Amino acid sequence: MLEIENLHVSVAGKAILKGLSLAIRPGEVHAIMGPNGAGKSTLGHVLAGREGYDVTQGSVRYLGEDLLSLAPEERAAKGVFLAFQYPVEIPGVNNTYFLRTALNAQRKARGENELDAMQFLKLTREKLKVLSISDELLHRAVNEGFSGGEKKRNEIFQMAVLEPRLAILDETDSGLDIDALKTVAEGVNRLRSPERGFLVITHYQRLLDYIVPDVVHVLADGRIVESGDKSLALTLEEHGYAWIKERKPGAAA
Amino acid sequence: MSELLESHTSGNAHVDELVRKGYEHGFVTDIETEVLPPGLNEGVIRAISARKQEPAWLTDWRLSAYRHWLTMAPPEWARLEIAPIDFQAISYFAAPKKNLPKSLDEVDPKLLETFDKLGVPLHERARLAGVAVDAVFDSVSVGTTFKKELNAAGVIFCSFSEAVREHPELIQKYLGSVVPAGDNYFAALNSAVFSDGSFVFVPKGVRCPMELSTYFRINARDTGQFERTLIVVEDAGHVSYLEGCTAPMRDENQLHAAVVELVALEDAQIKYSTVQNWYPGDEDGKGGIYNFVTKRGDCRGARSKISWTQVETGSAITWKYPSCVLRGDDSVGEFYSVALTNHRQQADTGTKMIHLGARTKSKIISKGISAGRGQNTYRGLVKVEKSAVGARNFTQCDSLLIGKRCGAHTFPYIEVKQPSAIVEHEATTSKISDDQLFYCLSRGIDEENAVSMIVDGFCKQVFKELPMEFAVEAKKLLEVSLEGAIG
Ligand SMILES: Nc1ncnc2c1ncn2[C@@H]1O[C@H](COP(=O)(O)OP(=O)(O)OP(=O)(O)O)[C@@H](O)[C@H]1O
Ligand SMILES: [Mg+2]
Repeated sequence: MLEIENLHVSVAGKAILKGLSLAIRPGEVHAIMGPNGAGKSTLGHVLAGREGYDVTQGSVRYLGEDLLSLAPEERAAKGVFLAFQYPVEIPGVNNTYFLRTALNAQRKARGENELDAMQFLKLTREKLKVLSISDELLHRAVNEGFSGGEKKRNEIFQMAVLEPRLAILDETDSGLDIDALKTVAEGVNRLRSPERGFLVITHYQRLLDYIVPDVVHVLADGRIVESGDKSLALTLEEHGYAWIKERKPGAAA
Repeated sequence: MSELLESHTSGNAHVDELVRKGYEHGFVTDIETEVLPPGLNEGVIRAISARKQEPAWLTDWRLSAYRHWLTMAPPEWARLEIAPIDFQAISYFAAPKKNLPKSLDEVDPKLLETFDKLGVPLHERARLAGVAVDAVFDSVSVGTTFKKELNAAGVIFCSFSEAVREHPELIQKYLGSVVPAGDNYFAALNSAVFSDGSFVFVPKGVRCPMELSTYFRINARDTGQFERTLIVVEDAGHVSYLEGCTAPMRDENQLHAAVVELVALEDAQIKYSTVQNWYPGDEDGKGGIYNFVTKRGDCRGARSKISWTQVETGSAITWKYPSCVLRGDDSVGEFYSVALTNHRQQADTGTKMIHLGARTKSKIISKGISAGRGQNTYRGLVKVEKSAVGARNFTQCDSLLIGKRCGAHTFPYIEVKQPSAIVEHEATTSKISDDQLFYCLSRGIDEENAVSMIVDGFCKQVFKELPMEFAVEAKKLLEVSLEGAIG
């Protein structure tokens, strides 16, 4: 469903992604690990359509379409979702209102009917229950004054409501206590289905105990330098990224 | 927006319409009008007064205000660029030709249609909405709804002219008692030439049974609108009052110089809300209303409360400082404001809180939004006199910038002569960040909706002070006013 080929991206004239290739088939969960500054968040942003990233080479196809030619809100309507590494605060905008506006904008773009306040409330109640998120968060402004962990839970809650086809989770597990980690994993596992794909960016193999990936990639210096099954994450945890540099000299800077 | 403008020049009628959509109320009503020729002198003032069959004391009051005005100069301290105004080129009175209606049924159907278009139905629908409406068209009031119901409660709500005829003793007692005739340049001009406006009187112990509202509309060309509003609430009375304003789109600037006086006696409460949507001029700053207004409330009685809420999205230039004189012990003054300037609009607005009584409290929440080349200035004075033992003030001034060519400025003046007073001031300036925009986009919300959602969130504290129906209207107004601000 997602085919990234030889992707080169630069920001402010600086090359960040340098020939990244990656393919995700429907139903698969891919994990991406890699050192700080390797370009993991950059990849997430480019896939979601953030401005300011120059794609200098390569292509990205999503469900048979040229993803890069779509506006970010069109990508969202077609099922691309990015859980932010640093979720953004929008003061004064009610969290529920925000999410309903988002869902209805997407539904409208897909030619589906919009949900009224009651239908939406019912939907959120269901999702909250399975994710054991306190509904207090719903009445507050979007991420305003949320703790780090609450922000991450809120991202997962949004994902659960929006039900994307392709979900990119950028370090959604960072800074979470063990219960919250289970919430995140639960959110992903519940959505797992033969049509959906996941790209899970993480620094910790612990998350992968709960979300078992089909493939683990190592992203270093703007490229995928190693791919393998879930045991790769364990090996990395044991040996660190130096291990890859030794095995593939010149791959990582 | 730029795309629209290009095809605009190619003469596409549909696109023309889309572009104009920016200001929805820009139509002109074709109605026969009686207009005084442009110019200002004592003869004009006598003519206005005679046309309204005013008592001699009022004619004299006008004339003395005029003579005082002649000695004054326009204020220059505001951070505004104002082209000199030719006061002799303005007509000071315009009225629909058919004579003043006695009841709504006699109102010219064309006028009713106009107010319908504006969403201010004067007929049955107003009854359903449960808001009593007075509508002022150019210089005269064309009808007040709900008269009977209000009368039964003892509340007087009528046009100013009618009040002069029917309740001269109240007018004589309170007119100019809050804003003296010579208070400032524009107030003096208004005192000399004011045409119509609304009068509200709530007697002792009465809670007004419904929202009161006045709609002002300027229709005639080259006229000024100088309305005068006076609201008096006696002991323990309550009233909530709302004014809304629109004007046609014209290339010339039109002057609107109003005076609003509020008097709250012991334990009385007045809530005064404004949704100001005068024509702001076009994108290049051509045309638009000069909105130079003096609004002041006097908390004369102990424990009285006056609350100003304003949403200012229109006008080419806004110069306006709704104020509270907190005279009664334990009286409370509040000011909640959203001022938006887009394109070439300028606003210099804020409030004055004058603490005289003991334990008086004031609260100021000001939200300035600047887009395009808009210039937005908050100017506020908090003054605590020696007598105001234990006075408190809290001020919060937030500015939001959209784009790089606009400006936001904050001038808080604080004068405290009473050491026990506590005065707090907070100010922030922020921009709609790329992060916020991208966050919304990535969730499927398009840019225009994202911006209006973020702006709406920014204004939340003020909107929640507005009566429900008007909060919805205010939100829509902001959306329309921000069209083309981004992208
Ligand atoms: N706007 C920008 N201007 C300049 N450099 C940038 C910009 N955005 C990202 N970079 C640089 O691009 C590189 C990759 O950043 P990115 O955020 O993708 O890393 P990451 O792999 O997500 O790291 P982490 O694990 O720390 O989150 C970094 O060196 C970063 O400093
Ligand atoms: Mg990152």
